[in-house]
Amino acid sequence: MAKLNKLQTATLPDAVLDRRQAVPALIEDHKDFLMVAGLAGTAWELSALTHESPSLFGLGGAMGAAPMMGLGLALAQPKRRVLVATGDGELLMNVGALATIALQNPPNLTIVCVDNGHYGETGNQDSHTGLGVRLDIIAAGCGFPVVHVINTEADMAEGRRLIREGGGLSFILLRVKEGPANHLGKKNLVPHIERDRFRAALLG
Amino acid sequence: MADTITKETWPSALYDLLRANGITQFCYVPDAGHKVLIDRSLADPDVHSVPLTTEEEGVAMVAGADLGGKRAVLLMQSSGVGNCINMLSLTQGGRFPFLTLISMRGEYGEGNPWQFAMGQAVEPVLKAMGVIVLRAEHPSEVITAVTAAITMAFQSGQQVAVLLTQRLIGAKKF
Repeated sequence: MAKLNKLQTATLPDAVLDRRQAVPALIEDHKDFLMVAGLAGTAWELSALTHESPSLFGLGGAMGAAPMMGLGLALAQPKRRVLVATGDGELLMNVGALATIALQNPPNLTIVCVDNGHYGETGNQDSHTGLGVRLDIIAAGCGFPVVHVINTEADMAEGRRLIREGGGLSFILLRVKEGPANHLGKKNLVPHIERDRFRAALLG
Repeated sequence: MADTITKETWPSALYDLLRANGITQFCYVPDAGHKVLIDRSLADPDVHSVPLTTEEEGVAMVAGADLGGKRAVLLMQSSGVGNCINMLSLTQGGRFPFLTLISMRGEYGEGNPWQFAMGQAVEPVLKAMGVIVLRAEHPSEVITAVTAAITMAFQSGQQVAVLLTQRLIGAKKF
């Protein structure tokens, strides 16, 4: 099979973390957050991690929605910390959203991109990041005041601190190996049920 | 009230209507037809005025605002409707209240041939994605049409577009 060449500008080391451990290690106690998770892997793994918390809105479609849903939610709930977890493919589909979000600069929002460099649900094709496109540099160029890359366990503690204390809008690139996400939670995300559950838990 | 609205006053009256109905997030791709709404939202300390890079960002943002208990509106030109199609599966499937105001091109008196394809496709595309379409052709219709749309969206949980037609806003001169 012919393959696309990796960019000559690609400089990040090969990913070593396994998302099945790395995502729970980064997020830890989810009860602090309102969460939006993009299709597909991040929605499954946050659903599993949170035991289907009603404070999680998981997407099973509408690819590219998660970061902007997070912005609308963060502006609507300025006293709560909002966490968006999304994959590299989902983020790339609407990468301009990073520019839109940075202009608003909501201090209570963190975007975590779980970057496996592949389209894991569609045959594991290389994604642009897997070929060397740098989402961390894109986020910084868009104006995110805090950008943190997690390549190894050594980078994890700062990621945990940023999610909780942040002190401002932040973008965290969690680089993980190819391989499956935890998939123990919902088998099917029904969007209107997700909405109703989320709003009932938050708004009463 | 509606019978005193003129072609000069409807945009500002429309902003007042949106604010009186609790809308606090205004997201948009800039368009001349929405200039007054955009300028007033930028000057209003009680709202978030959010320029987008593409209209589909706004569909997702409106849904996020609703999750947080707030009301949002998406302002766009007719050409932007085409950029929203798949994202409207979020508002339809999630039964999110969705209000969008669309300034029309590619219809009555249009002088730019590039505008016709999307302009003429706006209504069928929106309807195909579950969005109810209302039209305002005359200044006296704007407030009544958007008032109806606000009720349909935020009271009945529907997805509703109001087309601010080219007969209303005037064809752009080249």
